[in-house]
Amino acid sequence: MTGADGLQIVLFLGVLLAAVKPLGGYMATVLEGKPHPLRQWLKAVEDGLYWASGIRPEQSMPWRVYAGALLAFNLMGAIAVYGLLRWQAALPWNPQGLGNVEPHTAWNIAISFATNTNWQNYGGETTLGYFVQMAGLTVQNFLSAATGMAVLAALARGIAGRSTEGIGNFWADIVRSTLYVLLPLSLGLAIALVSQGVIQNLDAYQQTAHGQVLPMGPAASQVAIKQLGTNGGGFFNVNSAHPFENPTPLTNFLEMLAIVLIPAALCYTFGKMVGDTRQGWALLAAMMVLFLPLLAVALGSEYGGGGNWEGKEVRFGIANSVLWAVATTAASNGSVNAMHDSFTALGGLIPMFLMQMGEVVFGGVGSGLYGMAIFAILAVFLAGLMVGRTPEYLGKKIEAFDMKMVSVAVLAPPFCVLLGTAVAVTAPMGLSGLQDRGPHGFSEILYAFSSMGNNNGSAFAGYGANNVLVNTAGGLAMFLARYWVAVPVLALAGSLAGKKRLPAGAGTLPTHGALFVALLAAVVLVVGALAFLPALALGPVVEHLRS
Amino acid sequence: MWKQFRVAMLLLFWMSLLTGVAYPLLTCAVAEAFFAEKAHGSLVRRDGRIVGSRLIGRWYEEGRYFWPRPSATGPGPYNGASSSGSNLGPLHADLAKGRAARQAALWEVDKGNRRAAPADLLTASGSGLDPHISPAAAAYQAERVAKARGLRGEQVEALIAAATEGRQFGILGEARVNVLELNLSLDDLQ
Repeated sequence: MTGADGLQIVLFLGVLLAAVKPLGGYMATVLEGKPHPLRQWLKAVEDGLYWASGIRPEQSMPWRVYAGALLAFNLMGAIAVYGLLRWQAALPWNPQGLGNVEPHTAWNIAISFATNTNWQNYGGETTLGYFVQMAGLTVQNFLSAATGMAVLAALARGIAGRSTEGIGNFWADIVRSTLYVLLPLSLGLAIALVSQGVIQNLDAYQQTAHGQVLPMGPAASQVAIKQLGTNGGGFFNVNSAHPFENPTPLTNFLEMLAIVLIPAALCYTFGKMVGDTRQGWALLAAMMVLFLPLLAVALGSEYGGGGNWEGKEVRFGIANSVLWAVATTAASNGSVNAMHDSFTALGGLIPMFLMQMGEVVFGGVGSGLYGMAIFAILAVFLAGLMVGRTPEYLGKKIEAFDMKMVSVAVLAPPFCVLLGTAVAVTAPMGLSGLQDRGPHGFSEILYAFSSMGNNNGSAFAGYGANNVLVNTAGGLAMFLARYWVAVPVLALAGSLAGKKRLPAGAGTLPTHGALFVALLAAVVLVVGALAFLPALALGPVVEHLRS
Repeated sequence: MWKQFRVAMLLLFWMSLLTGVAYPLLTCAVAEAFFAEKAHGSLVRRDGRIVGSRLIGRWYEEGRYFWPRPSATGPGPYNGASSSGSNLGPLHADLAKGRAARQAALWEVDKGNRRAAPADLLTASGSGLDPHISPAAAAYQAERVAKARGLRGEQVEALIAAATEGRQFGILGEARVNVLELNLSLDDLQ
């Protein structure tokens, strides 16, 4: 590793941290429905959407109604994607004439994109026409990210609210997040990407004089939102390793920044919405405390022995490939610019473990931070047990119902991951797609379910996972991991909203200091380690000891 | 409950128009207006025919051309219609075999050269379409190409320099040599 590599990493972190406050503050303004310059421009569009869909944005919903709206909206989205995939051959803008997608593959893709996972059991350029990529997948890239932001906003309102029932209007949250945050950022990023060579057209695939086929399509618009919305589903099979998705070091830098930009900035948004920005910075600090050492381990492993170049692109080099891998699994993005399957044993363990910790180090847009807030409540609960006091978080008493919801949300993802892995390794069909035998083969399956069971979407891509068993089990894992966390979080938001807000007393554990940051990071680490060390020992750890 | 589904359906429809049709088409329009050549794939033409894209690598296996990195796309290398890495695990037997075979092939085509090739020339890229090799990998092959074409060493080195890009803004990424451009410039010379 050279000084120039280190400089790129410092630059990345510096730009990211500098953007947290301005973007985070802006998103708080948007989610609170306050006026801002962009809203004056687009007010007519916002109001038009409300009018055309029969939405009354000022109506604050109790948590059950909010959760019902969320589930109905996501269900409709999944059905729409499924329908588009199954009838692809009849749709326009499909110059390659790609055919209808198999039912089990389509089911997996539909759940995958509706849940913000974007696990890909298909190769984009060989499976999907442009209309499906645009009107099916790009749409869900926006809406699943907006759904995450909505749940986070609801939780923040639940904490900030005083003895109320409502936690906000789901529809208004979706419209505002999309219109004022995701769309403008995506449009800007897409145009920047095209200026560097990312393709954006509706042409048929080109053929060169030597018979080489060059794929085409509206890639830039989809790449922009898949990075910003922590979606990660690539336009092409190899995702952002493809030169048409990620042609230069600058596009790589921007796409990498986009992975963690919104999740990091939402920490500030959260702090602002609960009335104490120090609380947001503390959550971000806990994320960084986990992120940086894991990044260092992965870098050390990939640079070892003269550097591991298998599956990496020359224009990015090892440093940017590792930084991307760590960022994309810390956030629940799941896009890749290098093949994780060919990483060294420890270099592959780190991304896997980042997912297994529940996608809370940055995590998904919205979902990462509400996950981290859940862990924060768990941390104050543990601290409360130590001193024998009723725990409080941000002025709200944490009681039995709240802790039940926290426990469900913390335990659902490991349950999906471990059960899915167990099913796949015991069934012949689950093993049929393995490229490697022995510990690496186990790692491939564990990685697949860690990814789907935490809504990440990256893969050890040597594992041929497009079969009935993995598609079905994985679809279930993605579904449960998303809603079995989101719904309890909304229930928690509803419960907290109904409580009085207490002033901090002498016995209150401050949740913005270094002590709490350390406690929070330790809780995340210990819960992840307790659930997954035995499984990791069978895969990457054995592999590391053998190499 | 039924009312929620009605709203969900309607909002999904309008949002699909906005984010799934209007947004990509607006991006297309801006791309067309300002970056048309790049939006259509940075295609390289010779005599009016498309010979490749400057962003997508192409397979060369003759001694008189610079070789690109190995490619794991199927059925053949550098198949633009089906991007793929090898995805071989770090201890997979095929990985070491593939490296040894590639090194042997590089020695076979370059008699008298027994130096070990740079790592990027022995390993498959992530996309299978990597258009670049490292400057070290270009230097490694320079003498062979010069000999095969009866060129002077300086001539080939000048062409390598012309096809080399440094780190972007002096900071980002890695220095790299575009193999397609380099090989086309060799052909243009003769």
